[in-house]
Amino acid sequence: MQAFEYAHPRSMTEALPLLGSRWGETEILAGGTDLLSLMKNYVVTPKRVVNIKGLRELRGIRGTPEGIYIGALVTLEELRTSQPMHEYPALAQAAAGVTSPQIRNMGTVGGDLCQRPRCWYFRSGFGLLARDESGRSLVPQGENRYHAILGNDGPAYFVNPSSLAPALIALGAKARLDGQNGERYVALAEFFVIPKSDAERENVLQPNEILTHVIIPEGAWELSSATYEVRQKEALDWPLATAAVALKMQAGKVASARIVLGHVAPIPWPAPEAEKSLAGQPINEATAARAGEAAVQGAKPLSGNRYKVQLARVAVKRALLAAARPRSIGAKGGV
Amino acid sequence: MADYRWPEAGKRSLIGKRISRLDGPVKSSGRVKYTYDVDRPNMLYGKMVLSPYAQATIKSIDTTAAEKMPGVKAVQVMREPGTEILWAGQEVVAVAAETEEQARDAARRVVVNYEKLPHLVRDVEPAKAGDRAKPAAEQTEGDPDKAFQEAEVTVEGQYGCSVITHCCLEAHGQATEWEGDNLTVWASTQNVSGIGGEFATGLKIPAGNVRTLTPVMGGGFGSKFGADTWGVACAQLAKKAGRPVKMMLERDHELMVAGARPSIHAKVRVGAQKDGTITAWSSESWGTGGMGTGGSPRLPYVFRIPNQRKRHTAVLTNIGPVRAWRAPNHPQLCLITMAALEDLAAKLGIDPVEMFLKNIGMTGELSKVYAAELQKAAELIEWQKKWHPRGDKAPGVIKRGLGISLHTWGGGGHPSNCACAIHPDGSVEVSLGSQDLGTGTRTVIAIIAAETLGLPLEAVKVNIGDSHYPQSGGSGGSTTVGGVSASTRRATTNALNELLAKMAPSLGVENDQLEAVGGRIQVKGNPSKGMSWKQACAKLGTTPINATGQTSITTPTGPSARDLISSGVGGVQMAEVAVDIETGVVKLEKLVAVQDCGLIIDLKTAESQVYGGCIMGVCYALYEEKIMDEQTGRCLNPDMEFYKLAGIADIGELVVHMMTGPGYDERGVIGLGEPPVISSGALTPDKVLAALEKGGAA
Repeated sequence: MQAFEYAHPRSMTEALPLLGSRWGETEILAGGTDLLSLMKNYVVTPKRVVNIKGLRELRGIRGTPEGIYIGALVTLEELRTSQPMHEYPALAQAAAGVTSPQIRNMGTVGGDLCQRPRCWYFRSGFGLLARDESGRSLVPQGENRYHAILGNDGPAYFVNPSSLAPALIALGAKARLDGQNGERYVALAEFFVIPKSDAERENVLQPNEILTHVIIPEGAWELSSATYEVRQKEALDWPLATAAVALKMQAGKVASARIVLGHVAPIPWPAPEAEKSLAGQPINEATAARAGEAAVQGAKPLSGNRYKVQLARVAVKRALLAAARPRSIGAKGGV
Repeated sequence: MADYRWPEAGKRSLIGKRISRLDGPVKSSGRVKYTYDVDRPNMLYGKMVLSPYAQATIKSIDTTAAEKMPGVKAVQVMREPGTEILWAGQEVVAVAAETEEQARDAARRVVVNYEKLPHLVRDVEPAKAGDRAKPAAEQTEGDPDKAFQEAEVTVEGQYGCSVITHCCLEAHGQATEWEGDNLTVWASTQNVSGIGGEFATGLKIPAGNVRTLTPVMGGGFGSKFGADTWGVACAQLAKKAGRPVKMMLERDHELMVAGARPSIHAKVRVGAQKDGTITAWSSESWGTGGMGTGGSPRLPYVFRIPNQRKRHTAVLTNIGPVRAWRAPNHPQLCLITMAALEDLAAKLGIDPVEMFLKNIGMTGELSKVYAAELQKAAELIEWQKKWHPRGDKAPGVIKRGLGISLHTWGGGGHPSNCACAIHPDGSVEVSLGSQDLGTGTRTVIAIIAAETLGLPLEAVKVNIGDSHYPQSGGSGGSTTVGGVSASTRRATTNALNELLAKMAPSLGVENDQLEAVGGRIQVKGNPSKGMSWKQACAKLGTTPINATGQTSITTPTGPSARDLISSGVGGVQMAEVAVDIETGVVKLEKLVAVQDCGLIIDLKTAESQVYGGCIMGVCYALYEEKIMDEQTGRCLNPDMEFYKLAGIADIGELVVHMMTGPGYDERGVIGLGEPPVISSGALTPDKVLAALEKGGAA
């Protein structure tokens, strides 16, 4: 690990000027579950690390007239167990899908959204876009069993690793980004971007900004929501495909639907065709399966990940069926 | 001639009981120090520069910049320019610095120029391997052509398993410290008595100058027998720096280079009569064990099918060095054989338990053991109730299937020496240059000594994990329990006989009229005539008794340990597996392991070995694979997130049953480390098939 300067600000006013204007110079430390291994492996080599755990304003979950404010430092475990989250099963279930208590207790909401891809070429030092010396991507001809099946026209083939993003996007959440010139709000659906060069990042956050809150809009509690993850293991394991759904039901039929896939594309992947297929329909095995089929219509599997198309299809179907089931009292989350 | 035989069933006070391992509390509370925990005064940390290429020639090495880095105290070139690199992660230079971070940073400043050479890292079939495919000789027994012609039913299939690693909980590595020309090595090793010689050769010092210490260790599974290049480099760094150096492998390096288990794949054909009698076997197999060819695998496994033809091709790859992996080759051969035989049973429409029993004679001298174990395992998994022909007709997307596997292993004892001291204050020490890999060796030694001397367990002090103790073999091939059991029994019996001889005159009887029971030395048949152990020892005055015992394998028919130990075990495992036919996700629901291992010294640690073996089997059956990238030549998953191991929730219910009592106990002690891991990994693939066929497709 390269030697670095360590800053421990006590307030946002102290923290923001400590951030650099260029990516790579400064890294933000919250739970540390991702950053430390990136630094140990020299994938990132910041000159300064800014620990934001001292920023009290980034903690806690609170209700406001605009909706639920979730602080960036709220842990996955708090999210999974807190009372207000029982109204948003998709989110609590997504947090529960991180089946390591250690990671849930250290990992934060902000960290989950801003963590770097798990692509093994990136982690082995071949850059975000996994290119060899000639600039060619290693992924299409390489070991791509865990890579993208959607949004993979290149040059990015990694999958977005966030556990929470699909559920948050399905619920219509937005992110609050704070910088020295004030704050801005970005719909989470627009927060993630597919980088076109190694100099770009996987989201619209600027190097001198901090993601401080996630806001679930007022009224989202009315939605029937669920997250379904397909994982190889029950113990801590990255999902192979995830689907988060949020349905507005009227008289047993779908008035509107949001369906977002995770771990299948460089960004959380919306499925508008699947959403449309459900309009005015009840949720049953047939309509859910049809939506699953529509969600993967545009999939273009790589040499080693055709299986993920089927998993994404099934994830959508099972998430829909779960969302349509009557909500249990005191939901514990889990899939 | 002393009588060393094990006490008869009714006279055992400790042997065969369920006894908790003695070092459990200090291990689980973190009080005991592993090699990783060693912290010597003034100690430096070593880190290595690894080759990023799978095959290359080192052209030049420049360590100048690294030497100037903060905290650096020594730099050691491990492979000189001109040397060929044969796998990515091979060690080139080692650096010692004040902190681990400084050592890591400095290692990155070493400049190595390589000439890249063509590599092959993928586990490909021979046709795609070019001149890296090395055919072994064809082997034929009986008349396979005729047998296949006459077979009423034949079945064909292709089976296989990937290259996996050892993934020991404690990484490889050591701490080294010099005092003049004498070297002390704290090593995570399976070979306390043996690795000193390797250090000595590498460092050009007399073997007697090296002392190895391994009070406890965190697993080896066959990958920790040698001093290794990093061991010698660590000592060289310590010599250069004039300070102790600790150099443990990082997890990624561990997974890249610290041992791989060869893959195997095979196209198999089996012939049989309609009644289930197996008549013919043919297999074309291939696999990679790195750059070595290895031998021809002994297929088919366990069942000696009368007519066979086998061809094997080794594919040479740069996946890294192969090391013995718990029951070398057996798990792979077991998987191929059991999968093919279960396919045969399915084609014949016969319950596989019935088919295995029908052909049990082909298993040779263990056939009665296997038959008994098959029946026990079937009972424990409720085979009759749960078994169904392939294709689970139950509604829903979760389909279930049952499977069955047989395995065998030798497990005879290795050479071992034990010294037993009985002190005038009544305390007892037994000392062996052996090691406890986490299996319970320390506990087993204590049980045998205490049993022999008629003392409670806590009255015996066990000294192991130090090469200054009498030489004992490396822990491989399930040889440890046999080796240390016999030497300890002999040493403690000899020591006791000396004590009895000294006590006999004062009690007015001959030596052989005395016995040590319940903490007393007393006259056989007249317990009131005697004295306490302490009183007896006090009569020794100032001279302790020192006796030795040996397990020798060089005199199998002479006065060796054959009265105490033997070899050759069988085991049967059965599993119930569920598969989600929409996602292909497989889950082990229940695994039954029935195992014999002769006379069991400690039932609890024996069962624990079997549980561990089953878990390891579930891991490689369902999750493990060393994933290699052909473009870069590198291992892509040298970490604990994509090198997947089962967590507790993935393991399912495990049921262990040890075969004990008459028919087993009289065989003496036999090793148990390897056998239970062999079948577990063979169980799952067929089970998935059993559940899937006609039930749906994943």
